[in-house]
Amino acid sequence: MIFFQLFYTFLIIGAFTFGGGYSMIALIQGEVVGHWGWMTAQEFTDLLAVSQMTPGPVGINTATYAGYTAVVNAGYPAWAGVCGSLLASLAVIIIPVTLVMLVGSWLLSHKEEPRVATLMKVVRLAVVGLIAAAALGLVGVESFGSVGLNKQFIVSVAIFAAVFIFSWRYKKSPILLIVASGLVGLIVYSI
Amino acid sequence: MVKYCDIFWSFLKVGAFTVGGGYAMIPLMQRELVTKHGWMGEEEFMDQVALSQAMPGVFAVNMATMTGYRLRGKGGAAVAIVGNVLMPIVFILALAMFFRTFRENPVVERIFMGLRPCVVALIAAPVFTMAKSAKVTWSNVWIPIASALLIWLLGVSPIVVVLVAALGGYLYSRLRHNP
Repeated sequence: MIFFQLFYTFLIIGAFTFGGGYSMIALIQGEVVGHWGWMTAQEFTDLLAVSQMTPGPVGINTATYAGYTAVVNAGYPAWAGVCGSLLASLAVIIIPVTLVMLVGSWLLSHKEEPRVATLMKVVRLAVVGLIAAAALGLVGVESFGSVGLNKQFIVSVAIFAAVFIFSWRYKKSPILLIVASGLVGLIVYSI
Repeated sequence: MVKYCDIFWSFLKVGAFTVGGGYAMIPLMQRELVTKHGWMGEEEFMDQVALSQAMPGVFAVNMATMTGYRLRGKGGAAVAIVGNVLMPIVFILALAMFFRTFRENPVVERIFMGLRPCVVALIAAPVFTMAKSAKVTWSNVWIPIASALLIWLLGVSPIVVVLVAALGGYLYSRLRHNP
C-alpha cells in the first residue's frame, strides 16, 4: 500500500511542477510533510539543507529520501526502503520524461508562437509565487525557534538576513553560505 | 553516431559534480555538450534550457532526456537520465540510512540550528531573481502575490494554482490574438 501511495504522490509531484527544484518544494512540502507525514517539517528543512550540499537535483533527492524513510517508517526492512526510494525517483520523472520526448521537438519549433508564449509567461509568473510560498511555508518555530528575545530567535533572524543579502545581492554560492551558517550555529550554540 | 557510453559518461559527470540543484548544472552541461563534444550549438543549448524549464518535472532530468533523445532516440534518453541521477541517488540513499541517528547528535543539531534559517533565505532570494526573469511588472505583480497567498494562507494546492495560471494564460492569449 505504501508503495502505491509513494508512486502516486511522486507521479503527481513530477507532473505538476514547473520551473525546477525550488517550485517543487511547496508541493512536496504539502504532500510529503502535510498530507502523508512521511517526514516532519524540521526533517524536511534539514533535508533541503543537506541536498544543497550533495550533488543532484532537489526533486530527485527529496523523492529518494522520502521513498526510503516512508517505507522504513511503515515497518519494512532497509532493502524495501531502497526499492521505495527507486520507485519514488522513477515516479517523479516518468510523466515529464514522456512529455519531453513526445512534444519536446514540437515545442522547440513553436516556442515563438504567441499562444504558447503567453501561456508560458503567465505560468512563469505563478511559479514566482509558488517559490515565495515555499519560503513562507518554511518560516516557523522549526526553523527560527520561538519568537522573542531569546538566543535562538535572534541568531536565526541574523543568519536569515545575512544569507538573504549575500545570496541575492552578491550571488554568493549556496554551498559557501551553508557551510558558513553551519559554522556559526556550531560556535554560537556551543558557547 | 554518438556512442551511448559517451552520453552516459557526460551526464554522470554533470550529475555527480553539481551541487545545489538543477540550475547549478547549466554551466557544466554547457561545457560537456557544447564546448567539449559539440553535440549542439550555443543557441540550440539555450533553447533546450528554456524548454526544459517550460516542461513540468525535474529540470536536469528534462535536459538529459531532451539531449539523449535528440542524439540517440529513446535509448539515448534512457542512458542520459540514468547517468544524471545515479550518483545523487546513491548519495541520498546512504544519507537516508544514517540521517536520523546522525541528526540526534548534539553537535550536528547545533549545526542544523544554524542551517535552517539559512535554507529559508536561500529559497527566498531566488524569488526576487526569478521575478526579474519572469518579467514581473506593476501590472502583473498581482499574479505571483495571489499565487503565494493562496498556497501559503489558504492552503490551495500548487497544482491548482499552476493549472489556473495556464488556463488564464490560454484564455488571455485567445482574447488578445483572435478578437
